[in-house]
Amino acid sequence: MSQAVPTTPDVDAPRGRKGGDVKPLKESRSDKAARKLSSKPASIIAICLAVLWTIPTFGLFVTSFRSPSEIRSSGWWSTLFTAEYSLDNYNDALFSGSTSFASYFLNSIVITLPAVIIPITIALLASYAFAWVDFKGRTFLFVAVFALQVIPIQVTLVPLLTQYVSWGIAGSFWPIWLSHTIFALPLAIFLLHNFMKDIPRELVEAARVDGAGHVKIFFQVLMPLLVPAIAAFGIFQFLWVWNDLLVGLTFGSAKGSHR
Amino acid sequence: MTRTTRLNRRRRLAAVTAGTAGLALLVGACGSSGSDDGDGGGNTAGDVTADLDCAAYEDYGDLDGKTVTVYTSIVDTELEQQIESYRPFEECTGATVEAEGSKEFEAQLPVRIQSGNVPDIAYVPQPGFLKSLVADYPDAVKPVGDLASEYVDANFTEAWRDYGTVDGTLYGTPLGANVKSFVWYSPSAFADAGYEVPETYEDLVALSDQIVADNEGDPDIKPWCAGIGSGDATGWPATDWLEDVLLRTAGPDVYDQWVNHDIPFNDPQVAEALGTVGEILKNPDYVNGGLGDVSSIATTEFTEGGYPIVDQLCYMHRQASFYQANWTTLDPDLSVAEDGDVFAFYFPAPEAEEQKPVLGGGEFVVPFADRPEVQAFQAYLTSPEWSNAKATATPQGWISANKGLDKSLLQSPIDQLSVDLLTDDSYVFRFDGSDQMPGAVGAGSFWSEMTEWIASDKSDEDVLDAIEASWPAS
Repeated sequence: MSQAVPTTPDVDAPRGRKGGDVKPLKESRSDKAARKLSSKPASIIAICLAVLWTIPTFGLFVTSFRSPSEIRSSGWWSTLFTAEYSLDNYNDALFSGSTSFASYFLNSIVITLPAVIIPITIALLASYAFAWVDFKGRTFLFVAVFALQVIPIQVTLVPLLTQYVSWGIAGSFWPIWLSHTIFALPLAIFLLHNFMKDIPRELVEAARVDGAGHVKIFFQVLMPLLVPAIAAFGIFQFLWVWNDLLVGLTFGSAKGSHR
Repeated sequence: MTRTTRLNRRRRLAAVTAGTAGLALLVGACGSSGSDDGDGGGNTAGDVTADLDCAAYEDYGDLDGKTVTVYTSIVDTELEQQIESYRPFEECTGATVEAEGSKEFEAQLPVRIQSGNVPDIAYVPQPGFLKSLVADYPDAVKPVGDLASEYVDANFTEAWRDYGTVDGTLYGTPLGANVKSFVWYSPSAFADAGYEVPETYEDLVALSDQIVADNEGDPDIKPWCAGIGSGDATGWPATDWLEDVLLRTAGPDVYDQWVNHDIPFNDPQVAEALGTVGEILKNPDYVNGGLGDVSSIATTEFTEGGYPIVDQLCYMHRQASFYQANWTTLDPDLSVAEDGDVFAFYFPAPEAEEQKPVLGGGEFVVPFADRPEVQAFQAYLTSPEWSNAKATATPQGWISANKGLDKSLLQSPIDQLSVDLLTDDSYVFRFDGSDQMPGAVGAGSFWSEMTEWIASDKSDEDVLDAIEASWPAS
């Protein structure tokens, strides 16, 4: 394996001197690997593995249409073509009393959408200021915001909830939305700031020369260019909020005493 | 009830449960009163406000416009039945009760206390947890009001009052109850084979031997089946086994000393009890019908541990009264009755034992406020009126140790039998020991070591020594 590492000097260097050019050798190695991997036997093995790995998932899928007593008494493969399939299990899971996933989904959406839109909006404004507005202590503030990332959210749970209770908003959706916003902002500001900084200064200056103010620059020059960055962070934040339990559990509880 | 209770002990906010638990909570937070769907039993719930007579509610006073908030580990259909049972109180006093259920109750309650988002009332399922709440948050937990305290004296036995008492002060009043000393069996299978329900522990062992002898030709059929799998709480059914048997071999007094750690966990009498459990649970001739060998007990979910009874691959399954819900989950057409497909008999005591011990559990109503409406609501929950309203609202799977409970309102035969055991003076009630022990033992090493005991055949002595070593020093 050691000659496969081109940076190892004691192997690579003498070889390069003796065998002439190193580059064709490297290419031929990767070519060889590509050739090997795309050869017929390799493809057949890959397909076999893929099928084998998919079987349990497929079994799960088939089982989801079988009745509970059949699931318990026989395997899904034994009556694959003769069994009676129905959508009852889906009906139970989505709409029945104890696990009405349909309403859980609705809850997830109500929580997730604002928890994605609010931090992105704020982070866009903040990162614009950090990137293109000159003010005193800008760098310090930016580093401070980014450094706040190191605080683990578990530490903040009880103090934050205490704060929400004293503001009187506990028991509504606001604690969850606000908390997700708070936890997302440092990274959002950092990412969007870096992206904005990469936009050529000439573009912004040209717009300024043409008489555009901050608002116009932000909406007409930067926003179109930022769409990929916003999309990337939006997806990231959406997944995080959608999969989160801890924040929803802590801040989602009903109002306590009605004093 | 304890089905969910056990799971609530998960302290870790496991990502596995993320989807359901978190969202369930939020749905609960959005208010889930109303529809009366899916009782699961085929029985129907009655109308709790039919023929409502408000005379019994006059002591509570006029509470118009007041609100009481309740936080509990009870969720889903069971929570809806709870909310339904508050309606007479709401209609007669004018107060509003807002109940919220969470499967993460035990982890969340301390967080809510610390942050000031305290519910007025919480239903605490373990006396051990109540003790630690009182110790950790002495200012948050309020003593029970006078009226509720009077009602407890009038309607419950002394033992139940004691389980809600910490250092001489009553902090929790009993709510629901369940009975764990049951052996599930199939009356029809027993009748076919000519077996009789055993009256003594000796008979139980003799019956097991007879079942082994009768089925020598078919090694798949065993007298017992069991399952102790329960996620993070795996092992608790085995702790119930040991507690139940200890009550029978050593008696209730030794049991109390053992629970309170007045005698060490690995006392010789406990070792003897564990040995007796082992004669059934670790006997390859006796277990594990329809499920595998001895070690399969550890890998079988407790919810499915009794199912082989229906397939006639096993004859007996020791599990609490709440297991009846699992039969109707398995097959809604199964009849749970003394002459039906499945039923349970009392886990018998040895012939020499004078009193018949009953192991059970329950929840306690713990107040975090002393406003009049909170005290009135707590008093209502200890009254016979509430017990009867709850019995009316619940088709199956709920009982109370309240002496004023009208047994005829219970629709399920197993619930009626449970109440018989709880109220009959010839039976001695003892609360589930692991629920009273410190969390490190009762919700920790006791579970895990009993699982080891079965899964990897750890010796009786090693298991008891390990649990004794894990008992907190203070």
